Amino acid sequence: MKRAARYIIFYAALFGLWTLLAELKIWPPYLFPTPWGVGEALYAGFQDHSYWIAMRVSMQRVVIGYGISVVLGMILGLGVASNKFLEETMGGLLVSLQSLPSICWWPLALLWFGLNQNAILFVVIMGSLLSVTLAMEDGRKQMPKIFGQAGRNLGAKGFKLFWYVLLPASLPFIVSGLKQGWAFAWRSLITAEMLYLSLGLGQVLMMGRDLNDMSAVIAVMILIIAIGYVVDGIVFKGMERHLQNKWGLTPAT
Amino acid sequence: MSTNVQKFPSQFPIPAGPRLDPSLDPRFPTHSGAAGSKVGPVSIGRPAHNASPEISKVGLNEICLSYRTQSGERLLALDNINLQVRPGEFVCIVGPSGCGKSTLLHLIAGLQPQTSGQVLIDGNPVQGPGTDRILIFQDHGLFPWLTVGQNVEFGMKMKGIPKAERKEKTAYYLRLVHLAKFEKSYIHQLSGGMRQRVAIARALATEPDVLLMDEPFAALDAQTRDLLHDELERIWSESGRTIIFVTHNVREAVRLGDRVVLLTFRPGRVKSEFPVELPRPRHLEDPTVARAAREILDELRDEINRSLEAEYNEGVKPHVKTTVEEGSQL
Repeated sequence: MKRAARYIIFYAALFGLWTLLAELKIWPPYLFPTPWGVGEALYAGFQDHSYWIAMRVSMQRVVIGYGISVVLGMILGLGVASNKFLEETMGGLLVSLQSLPSICWWPLALLWFGLNQNAILFVVIMGSLLSVTLAMEDGRKQMPKIFGQAGRNLGAKGFKLFWYVLLPASLPFIVSGLKQGWAFAWRSLITAEMLYLSLGLGQVLMMGRDLNDMSAVIAVMILIIAIGYVVDGIVFKGMERHLQNKWGLTPAT
Repeated sequence: MSTNVQKFPSQFPIPAGPRLDPSLDPRFPTHSGAAGSKVGPVSIGRPAHNASPEISKVGLNEICLSYRTQSGERLLALDNINLQVRPGEFVCIVGPSGCGKSTLLHLIAGLQPQTSGQVLIDGNPVQGPGTDRILIFQDHGLFPWLTVGQNVEFGMKMKGIPKAERKEKTAYYLRLVHLAKFEKSYIHQLSGGMRQRVAIARALATEPDVLLMDEPFAALDAQTRDLLHDELERIWSESGRTIIFVTHNVREAVRLGDRVVLLTFRPGRVKSEFPVELPRPRHLEDPTVARAAREILDELRDEINRSLEAEYNEGVKPHVKTTVEEGSQL
């Protein structure tokens, strides 16, 4: 209850400050819109379906790109964790590559795939793949060895061992990495969409700029934040809670 | 094995291990009846039943295992281990910590290769893990992401046994360890003793010929351990499986085993074997058990002293011990 009150006070204050600054008209309204201006833009965007379409397109892209990242990253991470040679060679490369902003792959992607959706997907994958790979590698190492031994002992090997034992056993250790990968995928997607105009939330955002419509820009920004927050709060929090219940772990600190 | 499975789920008989010689069946008086058995101190250094004509269930022939330590030198962990285990026999291996007794079980389970020598099951060399031998870990090794029932089912699922049959057997083995009510529970919801019982049920559900138990009761309180001793003895005598049981507790070894094998401290060698010809059911507090244990303990004490000495010296130059322990975990 107290927490809810704190939230309400904080956001009310933020809202008030925004309204105040907008009403003072220090900047022209097309540069600094009022909250209800943004509200109207949101309403209009949903009303003419352009936001729905943009959200659907963006979600579709991120789900595909992130999905590929997760599958590839798990295989790669597992490989790196279980092979000393790969660990010593590729392990360092992966860590250094992670400091590269994923949008740096954009020029390469354009040349390789052309100006189309695949280029966007490539950037999304490059953005999240490393997080997932490193998380999986780390998870595989942190995972108690006894699970792998018990699994092999009970007749699991090859893909079955991976699917039924190593993967579930390492999940609690990689869930934070998966979450990070998702955040990177989402950011990479929006960036790429802003550079290449083809539906999607990034494009709607850039359209607002082109039309000098800051209300629309902020409305889309709010949408981007909201989607990121909802996925994090529902998908990943739910996954964490589920794992905690099964494993009997105390909530992560 | 599968022929026994067909009868499932008849209420009474527990599927017996294959190739079980009736004369070795623990249900028969030679093992369990108080009447015919010899009561008294154990005799030292002589196998209980020498020169049995059949092939050993588990044969260890000249097993050696060495590691390379971090400093690069080779360290001999197991040295020329020879041990023959008869079908249906309950063999306990005791030794000071660091003697490689757990590692020996890992070798038999096929989870780790030996440096030289052979592990034979029914005369066939072991190549990797197999569900004819199931290892029960000290830390139970149950899967926390699965329910109790799914844990028990796991080995059968890996074998590709149809679902209906799996369900039936799971229920059966959970009843066997008195945990039928907990089928839907998760592992963390169970007590330590219950977890070990699930581990036993999970191992039995794959219908192994040989159960390998690595100090399974070491982390449990005394009362729970007593109960599990009784349960294990009952399950063993009803199912006729071969059990190799590793412990550092000599009294536990005498209470459970047909034979106690004493390993030396680093490198692990078979120092001596003690047939235990006490009538069953035994109890940990039986004076006869205590007396037999004393005899073994006297020999074990030298080895413990050596291990303590080594540990003391390692205080000066560390690494050696940790390397062996890590190696044994694989």
